[in-house]
Amino acid sequence: MEILHSLELGFGVALTAQNLAYCFAGVALGTLIGVLPGIGPLTTIGLLFPLTFYLPPIPSLIMLAGIYYGAQYGGAITSILLNLPGETASAVTCLDGYPMARQGRGGAALAISALGSFLAGCLGTLLIALAGPPLGEWALAFGPAEYFSLMLMGLVGSAVLTQGDAVKGLAMVVVGLLVGLVGTDVNSGVPRYAFDVPELVDGIGFTVIAVGLFAVAEIVTNLERREPQPVFTGPLVGLMPSARDLGRSFWPALRGTGVGAFFGLLPGTGPALSSFAAYMLEKKLAREPERFGKGAIEGVAAPEAANNAAAQASFIPTLTLGIPGTAVMTLMLGAMVMQGVTPGPQVMTANPELFWGIVASMWIGNLMLLVLNLPLVGVWVRLLRVPYRWLFPCIVMFCAIGNYSVNNNPVDVYLCAALGVLGYVFAKLECEPAPLLLGYVLGPLMEEHLRRAMLLSRGDPSVFFTRPISLAFMLATLLIFAIVLKGLIRPAARGVP
Amino acid sequence: MHLHRDILAGALFVAIGALALLGARGYPVGSAMRMGPGYFPVVLGWLLIALGALVGLRAARRRDWQPLAWDWQPLAWISVSILAFGFLMPRLGLVPALAVMFPAAAAAGREFRLREVLVLTAVMSAFAGGVFVYGLRLPYPLFNF
Repeated sequence: MEILHSLELGFGVALTAQNLAYCFAGVALGTLIGVLPGIGPLTTIGLLFPLTFYLPPIPSLIMLAGIYYGAQYGGAITSILLNLPGETASAVTCLDGYPMARQGRGGAALAISALGSFLAGCLGTLLIALAGPPLGEWALAFGPAEYFSLMLMGLVGSAVLTQGDAVKGLAMVVVGLLVGLVGTDVNSGVPRYAFDVPELVDGIGFTVIAVGLFAVAEIVTNLERREPQPVFTGPLVGLMPSARDLGRSFWPALRGTGVGAFFGLLPGTGPALSSFAAYMLEKKLAREPERFGKGAIEGVAAPEAANNAAAQASFIPTLTLGIPGTAVMTLMLGAMVMQGVTPGPQVMTANPELFWGIVASMWIGNLMLLVLNLPLVGVWVRLLRVPYRWLFPCIVMFCAIGNYSVNNNPVDVYLCAALGVLGYVFAKLECEPAPLLLGYVLGPLMEEHLRRAMLLSRGDPSVFFTRPISLAFMLATLLIFAIVLKGLIRPAARGVP
Repeated sequence: MHLHRDILAGALFVAIGALALLGARGYPVGSAMRMGPGYFPVVLGWLLIALGALVGLRAARRRDWQPLAWDWQPLAWISVSILAFGFLMPRLGLVPALAVMFPAAAAAGREFRLREVLVLTAVMSAFAGGVFVYGLRLPYPLFNF
C-alpha cells in the first residue's frame, strides 16, 4: 500500500519528541490567543506565526499546525461560551452551542466540538493521502493558462462566497493583487510601487499585512464597542458528553465531514460555506428540526466537523497546486514559502518527507488538541474573565515584536501601523479583508502565469478558453458569477443571524 | 442601510485604483504577447476603478443613508504605540520600547489605571525578555544605552 507507506513516512518525520513539544506549544499558544474575545483564528495565526520563523521547516510547520488547531478551538470556546464567533465559520456553531452553554451543557458542547473536529481531521488526513497524489499528478499537466484560470476561479470564489457584498469582495481582491505587486518585478527587475524605499523593493511582508490588516484593526474595533461583552460564567458541569450526546452527534459529524470535504476541495469556498451547509443539512434531516437553535448537539457537531474537514481538504489544493483555498490556508502557504518550500505538484515528489510530514503533523495537531485541551478547558474559560484592558496591550506587544522580528527592521513595524489604519477603515466600510490577503499571495503568481500563457499563445487570449482544463475553470468561474447574480446563495447565507 | 458607507468604500477603491495607475506611469506596458512590468498594474488599476464606481453608484441610488460613527482615538493611540515601539526598539532596546508602548496602547482603552498599567508593563517586559531574548534567542538587547 503506497498510501500507508507515505503516511508512515510522514509520521516517521513528524513523531519525534522535539516535534511533539513544538506541536504542544503551538496548540497551547494558539488556544491562549484564539480564546481571547474578538480574535479569530486568522488573526491568531498571523500573530503567532513569527514565532515559528526560526525553526527548521518541519518543526516550524508542525508548530503552525498546532497553532492552527489551537486557534480553531479557541474560536469554538468563545462561540459556545460567549456567543462571540471569531470568524464566519464559527457563527454557525453559536446557534446551538451558546444555548447549550446556557443550559449548563457548555462542557459537552466543547467536547463534541473537539471530538467532531477530530473525526473530521482523521478522515480529512486520509482524504489528503488518497486524493493528493493523483491530483498532484494531474496538476503536472497544468500549463500557465490552467494555473491562471484556476487562480482566477479561486479569487472570484473567495470574493463572492465569503460574507458581505460580492462586488466589494472583488474590489478587495484587486486591492490585494496590487499590494502583492509591490516590490521588484521578477521578469524585468523593475521595482514597482517601491517609491525609492529600499524595504519596499523586497515587497511588503506577509506578517505585516496579516497582523496590520487583521489584528490591529480588530483590537481597535473591539475597543470601540461601548458595551463589554457579557461573559458567560455559569458552572461548566460535566465536560464529558453523555452516551446519548455521542450517539446523536456521530452521524451529523460524519455527514458534516462529507460536506466540508466537498467544499474544502474547491478553492475559494472554504469553511464558512461548508459549516453553514452542514448545519442546514442536519436541520433538514432531523426528526425534530424545532430543537435546532435551542441547544441541539447535532447543530454543534455537524458544523464543527464540516469546518475542520473543509480546512483539512483545502490543504489538497494548497499543497498540490500551490493555490490556497481559504485565508487561513493563505497564511499556511505564506509560512511554507518563507521556509523555502514552494508548494505545487512537485512538492510531493521532490520533497516527500516534507509533504507527508505536514499531512501527519496536521493530524498530530488535531490529536494534541483532543488529549491536552479538553482537560484544560477550565483554564481557558478562566482566561475569558481576564479584563480586556489587560489583554489588548499584550496583543499589541505581540503585533509589534512579531513584525520587528521578521527582518529586525523598524520599517516593518511602521508599515504594520499604517496597514492597521487601513484595516480599520476597511472594517468600518464593511470590506472583508480576507479576499485581499488571498489576492496578495496569489498576485505575483497570477501575473507570472498570465505573462507566460500570453507569451506562449503569441498574445492570443483565447488560449484560456481553448485548452480543456482551463476552459473548465473559466466556466466554473462564470458559474459562480451566475449563482451570485441569481441570488441563490447569498440571501440564504444571510438567513443566519 | 449600508449605503453611506458604500459610497465611501467605492470612493476609496477608485482612489486606490487611480493611485495604482499613477504609480505605474513609468513602467513599460509592453504588448499582450510580451507584457511589460506595467501591463498587469494598469489592468488592475482600471478594474479597481470600475469596481469602485460600481460599488459607489449602486449605493448612491438608494436613500436610506446612515451616518458612520468613526472613533479615531483608540486607533490613534494604538498606532502611536506601535510606531513608538518600532522607533525605540533599535535605539534603546526591548525594555524601554515596551515601557513606552504599553502605556500608549493602554491609553486606547476606556479605562486607564496607572498602577495596573505599570504592573502590566513590568510583567510583560519580563515575559517578552524571557520568551523572545532568552527562549527564542532573538538578537535583541534588553537595554541599549
